Amino acid sequence: MEKKLMKGNEAFAAAAISAGCRYYFGYPITPQNEVPEYMSRELRNVGGHFIQAESELASISFIYGAAAAGARCMTSSSSIGIALMQEGLGSCVVCELPCVIINVMRAGPGIGAIQPAQADYTQVVKSGMNGDAHCIVYAPTSIQEAVNMIYHAFDVADEYRNPVIICVDGMIGQMMEPVIIPESRAVIEEKDIEKTKPWALCGHRNRRDRNKINSVFLNQYELEDRIMNRLLPKFEKAKKELPEWESRNLEGAEAVFVAYGSTARIAIEAMELLEKEGIKVGIIRPKTLWPFPDAAFDEIDSKTTKVVISVELSLGQMLEDIRLALEGRYPTALINRVGGILLSPVEVAERTKAVLGGMK
Amino acid sequence: MKKKRVHVITGHFGSGKTEFSVNYAMDLRKEFDKVAILDMDIANPYFRSRERQKLMLEKDISIHFNTYGYDITEDLPAITATVRAPLENKEFETVVDVGGNDSGARVLNQFRKYFVEDDCEIIVVINANRPDTDTLKGCLEQIDSIETEIGIKVDAIINNTHMLTETTADDIMKGFELCRMVSQSKGIPVKYNVCEKKYLEKLMETARKQGYEPVAIRKAGEDSEGIAAFSGGTDDAGEGKKQEKMYVYPIELQMRPTWLDVII
Repeated sequence: MEKKLMKGNEAFAAAAISAGCRYYFGYPITPQNEVPEYMSRELRNVGGHFIQAESELASISFIYGAAAAGARCMTSSSSIGIALMQEGLGSCVVCELPCVIINVMRAGPGIGAIQPAQADYTQVVKSGMNGDAHCIVYAPTSIQEAVNMIYHAFDVADEYRNPVIICVDGMIGQMMEPVIIPESRAVIEEKDIEKTKPWALCGHRNRRDRNKINSVFLNQYELEDRIMNRLLPKFEKAKKELPEWESRNLEGAEAVFVAYGSTARIAIEAMELLEKEGIKVGIIRPKTLWPFPDAAFDEIDSKTTKVVISVELSLGQMLEDIRLALEGRYPTALINRVGGILLSPVEVAERTKAVLGGMK
Repeated sequence: MKKKRVHVITGHFGSGKTEFSVNYAMDLRKEFDKVAILDMDIANPYFRSRERQKLMLEKDISIHFNTYGYDITEDLPAITATVRAPLENKEFETVVDVGGNDSGARVLNQFRKYFVEDDCEIIVVINANRPDTDTLKGCLEQIDSIETEIGIKVDAIINNTHMLTETTADDIMKGFELCRMVSQSKGIPVKYNVCEKKYLEKLMETARKQGYEPVAIRKAGEDSEGIAAFSGGTDDAGEGKKQEKMYVYPIELQMRPTWLDVII
């Protein structure tokens, strides 16, 4: 496809369809409404199915059903809507059902505000789900990166048999950028599902034993076995294989920003402003939030770096993971705004100077 | 043709209505004492002209949106009753920045009586790089859906084809060709071709090479008499050749924060 100017939310939906998603279930919430709008219009043109669920709780239950039947399926929502999905999401994890969820974050807690925020970090990364559950979480910074990640996310979900969340802030959902949507993948036909997903509930037709997917475990040893021998090895594998990040200007940096999503772009511009003033700052941009890219922090220039600064739109939720990754090697600081307010590059630069000034 | 003083800016979402509206209001203010911008976008809570409330007030442009004031982003589909003032008051040049698509234009219905007056023009903004308006069919469907929603015909087209920082003169020319087709099909003029000031000379040169006579708009009011800024008309370019005018409207970006153009 040639390059088009698309709004983030539209492009996310287009990428999912290209990736072979044929089932979308969702309930409207700002700032992600263009996703269901696009799906409602376009899915039927490719033989797909769109259902407006009666709530986010219903959306995730539809997902549970469609994923259990072996379909490539997706839902999307924003922050408080994702909160409402947590029970069903946990069921998807324990039942090992692959699905993709887009979270276009707005400010919370509660209904909060419709402006961009990154305060769902803990919800998606540490998991608002009960039990020992993890979702794989991608955090794109541009629309093209989001498109590529969504396209890839369906494969990751299938490979790991686990929900994958694409976590963006409202700005990425609402802004426009030139973007190329990848070529459409061949969709696995219904009759071929059991070849690629032998566990799926697609009818045994008296040819084999029935498949069973059940999130209730009457035998607790069976549940322990599921967690220890199925989920845990998968999570460990994910921690080894999935972390992704980008770093810039780490060599010789006095301070290192850590930022994702819109905030990473703001931090990069702040970095350029500071460089003009002779202050060298680098950046680590996590592309996966879970698993967190711990190894990225080994690249920090220990000869010059005085402080690692988390730049985020929350009270410092990611800062905790940064500290764990750093294992005490560097002091940390936080530059943040909350409540739906974005940082500006000038504000980040000024606050960075204050952080560095306070360390002398 | 009666001078237009109410300029209703409609179109597909993401076509650049707000960027044009804010620029147009600022340019109108250079020519007229009383200028208002009405942010009627109740379809989308991001990138609305109300985000430039301070800029508008600094420029002495009256801005109307909700009843709350600065930085209120409440997504209630409501606008303040004061929007009627600059629609009623004939001393005002008024830019109406409407939400995207037919659903965004729906809000116009309650103020319909002002928009059927002959001092009002309904303008549709087209960006040929948007996937839904990159063909004649797509553009006509978009215009038809808006016209059906508001029950008023669109009067003119603005070509706002761009690709943000990757925009080339060829993008704008491609958009102009598409808008000319829409123009012929609908029988309405291509009023302007929007161009960032920094690309202006390049666009003028490219347009000339392609056989058009580009005219850069210097005053926002110039077109208001209906005398100049309409493409579709031809002038004798000598030797029996007819040259078509292409009206270019230079703007400076007001809505887009610089960090959005950080390369990832």
